[in-house]
Amino acid sequence: MAAIEDLTRLALDAERELETNAAEVDRILHICNACRYCESFCAVFPAMTRRLDFNVADAHYLANLCHNCSACLYACQYAPPHEFGVNVPKTLAQVRRDTYVEYAFPKSLGVLYRRNGLTVAMAVSLGVAAFLIGAILMQGSLFVHGLEGQFYVIFPHNLLAVLFGAAFGFSVLALAIGVIRFWRQVSEPGKPVPLPNAAGEAARAVLTLQYLDGGHRDGCNNEDDAFTLWRRRFHHFTFYGFMLCFASTSVATLYHYLFAMEAPYPILSLPVLLGTAGGIGLLIGPAGLFWLNIRRNPMQADETQKTMDRGFIALLFFVSLTGLALLAWRDTAAMPLLLAVHLGFVMGFFLTLPYGKFAHGIFRSAALLKYAIEKRRPNPVQAGGE
Amino acid sequence: MTRSEDFIVIDVLVIGGGNAALCAALMAREAGASVLMLEASPKEWRGGNSQHTRNLRCMHDAPQDVLVEAYPEEEYWQDLLKVTGGETSEHLARLVIRASSNCRDWMRRHGVRFQPPLSGALHVARTNAFFMGGGKALVNAYYRSAQTLGVRVRYETPVAGIVLDGDRFVGARTESGELITARACVLAAGGFESNREWLREAWGRNDRGEWPADNFLIRGTRFNQGVLLKDMMRAGADMIGDPSQGHCVAIDARAPLYDGGICTRIDCVSLGVVVNRDGERFYDEGEDFWPKRYAIWGRLVAQQPGQIGYSIIDRKVIGRFMPPVFPGITANSLPELATRLGVPVEVFMRTLDSYNAACRPGTFNHTILDDCRTEGVVPAKTHWALPIDTPPFYGYALRPGITFTYLSLKVDDTAAVRFGNKPSSNLFVAGEMMAGNVLGKGYTAGVGMSIGTAFGRIAGTRAAAAALGRPA
Repeated sequence: MAAIEDLTRLALDAERELETNAAEVDRILHICNACRYCESFCAVFPAMTRRLDFNVADAHYLANLCHNCSACLYACQYAPPHEFGVNVPKTLAQVRRDTYVEYAFPKSLGVLYRRNGLTVAMAVSLGVAAFLIGAILMQGSLFVHGLEGQFYVIFPHNLLAVLFGAAFGFSVLALAIGVIRFWRQVSEPGKPVPLPNAAGEAARAVLTLQYLDGGHRDGCNNEDDAFTLWRRRFHHFTFYGFMLCFASTSVATLYHYLFAMEAPYPILSLPVLLGTAGGIGLLIGPAGLFWLNIRRNPMQADETQKTMDRGFIALLFFVSLTGLALLAWRDTAAMPLLLAVHLGFVMGFFLTLPYGKFAHGIFRSAALLKYAIEKRRPNPVQAGGE
Repeated sequence: MTRSEDFIVIDVLVIGGGNAALCAALMAREAGASVLMLEASPKEWRGGNSQHTRNLRCMHDAPQDVLVEAYPEEEYWQDLLKVTGGETSEHLARLVIRASSNCRDWMRRHGVRFQPPLSGALHVARTNAFFMGGGKALVNAYYRSAQTLGVRVRYETPVAGIVLDGDRFVGARTESGELITARACVLAAGGFESNREWLREAWGRNDRGEWPADNFLIRGTRFNQGVLLKDMMRAGADMIGDPSQGHCVAIDARAPLYDGGICTRIDCVSLGVVVNRDGERFYDEGEDFWPKRYAIWGRLVAQQPGQIGYSIIDRKVIGRFMPPVFPGITANSLPELATRLGVPVEVFMRTLDSYNAACRPGTFNHTILDDCRTEGVVPAKTHWALPIDTPPFYGYALRPGITFTYLSLKVDDTAAVRFGNKPSSNLFVAGEMMAGNVLGKGYTAGVGMSIGTAFGRIAGTRAAAAALGRPA
C-alpha cells in the first residue's frame, strides 16, 4: 500500500511540476518571441514564431524539439543575472522530463522517470544477472570447461528468445503508445503537406543530428561559450553503435531461423563483425557522453535528470562491455558467468527502455517530424512582414 | 609574440569591453602588441551595449552570403545624410561605409557568424548583416579569440581617469586607485547614457517645469557612465556633438531601467494611434514603416507631457506585428481602455472618434505603404489608418528609451584623440565615445556597429603602431 501511495504522490507532484514548467516556458518564450536573435540556431525558434502564446502541448512539442545545444543560453542578453532570467535549454529540459512522465505507458509507471537513475539501472541489471547466475548454479557449476562458446547449453535458445523478445516487445509497444499519444496531443490538423518531403527532412535531422551543430556547424556548448562537435560525434558513436548491434542481432536471428545456423558464430561472420563494431561504438560513445555530462555547465541542464542520463549511459556502456567480454572469453570456463552478466545488462536495458533516457530519441524524432510538417504550412502569425 | 603572462610593459591598454574595444584589442594583438583590456563590468555583463546589438549595416555592390542585392556606397551615404540631417562628416562616414564592405571576413576569422535576416526584419535583408545569436554571441566570440591570441582581460576594473603628459597618454587610474601604464591606449568605454544625472543635466528642464530625462529608460548597459568622456573633457580634449542627442526610441514603459534591449520595443505604433497623457494624438503614426520610424519616436514621446505615450490598437491587427514582451492593457470598450490607462476619457474619446471618422476606405496591407489614410484630422495618419473599432482593445504605454549618446571626442581618420586640434601620438578612441563624429543625430539600424568596428580596428592598429614605434 505504501508503494501505491508513494506512486500517487509522485504522480501528483509530476502534475504540479508540469504546470509550473509549462508556465515558465510560456513566460520565457514571450520574451524570446519579442527578441528572436536566436532564430537560426535551431528549429525551436522558427517554431516559436508561429505562435503568440504557448500552452502545455506547445511546451511539450518545443521542449522535445530542443536538443539542448545551449547556443541560445550563451547568446542570450536576458540570461541570468538579467532580471528576466531567460534560460531556454534548462527550462525546456525540465519540460522534457514531464513529457516522458506524462506520455509513459502504462501511465502509472511514468513516475519511474523521476527515479530511473544509475541505481535503478544497475540494480535491475545486476539483479537479473544474479538471478541467471543462480539459475546456472542450480544446475551445477558456474565455471564449466570445454563448452567452446555453446551459449545455448547454458540457456536454451527458445527460452532466451521468449524472455528477451517479450521484454523488448513490451518496451517497443510501450514507447510506441507513448509517442502516439504525444503526437495526438501536440498536433492539430492542418493543411496537408507532401509527407515524404517532411519525413525525409526529419529523418535527415535525426540521422545527422543537425541541431547539435549550433546552426553554424561549429557545434554546441558544453562547459562554456566555446563550441564543440564532440557531443554530436559521441551521439553518433552511440546511435550507430546501437544500430550495428541491433543489425547484428537481426542477422543472427535470420541465420538461426532461416538457415538453421546456430550461435556461436565465427569471428569473421556478419553477426560478430557487426556486433563488434557496434560494441566498440557503444563503448566510445557512452564513455564520451559521460565525460561531457560530468563537465557540462549546470546552467545548461536540468540537474535532476543527470542520474537518468548517467543511468542510461552506464547501461549502454556495460551492455557493450559485457558483450565484448563474452566474445573475448567465450571459449573459456568463464563463459557461463560472462553470459549471465551480459544477459543481465541486456535485460536491464530492455526493461528500463520505456522509462529512461532512451525515450529522448523517440520523442525528439516525433517533434522533428511535426516541425518538418508544420514549417511547410503558412505561418499563422504574420508579424513584421514589412 | 610574447605570452600574455610575460607582459612586463603593456604596449596597448584598451579601456572598455564592447565591440569597439574588442576590435581594437584584436587588431593591436594581431599587429604584435601586448594588450590589456579593462572592462568595468563583471564577466556576466561584459560587452557594454554590444551585447544588445544584432547587426552591422554593410555596403556591398553585389549579393554577399547573407546580404541580398546591392547596397552601394552612395546609397549608404545618402541614407546616413538623411537621418543625420547633415550632422555628420562625409569623409569619416565614407571611411566607415567602405570599411563595412570588407570587415566581415576578419570578423568571421575571430568567430563571428552571420545569419539571414530574422523574421520581422526582412526590410533590412539588403542593408544589414545579422549576427547569428545577436551581439552577445559576437562579444563571446571576440573574447574567446582574444583569449586564444593572448589578450589579457581584467573585469570589474572601472577606470576613473587618464594620466596625460601634455597630449601623450601615460597611464590609466582605476577606481580602486591603481595606476596602469602602457605605451599606447584606446578609449572605447561607451557613451554616458547610463548616467542618469548627466542625462538630466543634458536634457535640462522643459517649459512645463519637468526634467524629461528623469522618465527615460536605458535600453542598454548600466556601465556606460561617461566617466572617461567627462575626464577627457576636463583634460581639454576636442569634443563634438550635442549631449542631448542620441539614439532614442519609444519602448514599453514597463521595461527595466537598464538592459531591456530589443524585446522592449513596441512594434504596433504604425498599426494604431498614439495618444499622450492628455488623450491627444501628436504625430503621424503611419508616416513610414515602423523600423524606419522607431528612432524618432523616442524624442517624440520625450516631448510629451510626463514623457509618456500610449499606443492604441484593436483586435484587427493582432498577429500583424512583432509580439511585445509584456501583455497590453486590454478592455472591451474604448472608454474602459482610457480609464485603465489613466487617460482622460472625454478627450481620449474625442480623439479616437475624430480619428475613426477620418479614416478613408482603402485596402489595408501592413507589408506595403498602403492607401489607408485619414482625411480632415490633425495630425493625419498617412498609411495603415483603420478605424479602431473592434474589441478587445489594447493599450501599450511608451517611454523614451535611450540606446546611446552622441557627445563625442572629435577625431579624424586616424582615431587619435585631439587636443587643441592636434592629434595625440598614442591615445586613440573608438565606438560610442566618437560615434558622434559620424552620427550627429538620428539613427539607422546597424550603423553603430559599423562605426565601432571600423574605428575600433583603426584605433587598435594605430595604437599598436604607436606602441611598437612603427609607422601605422
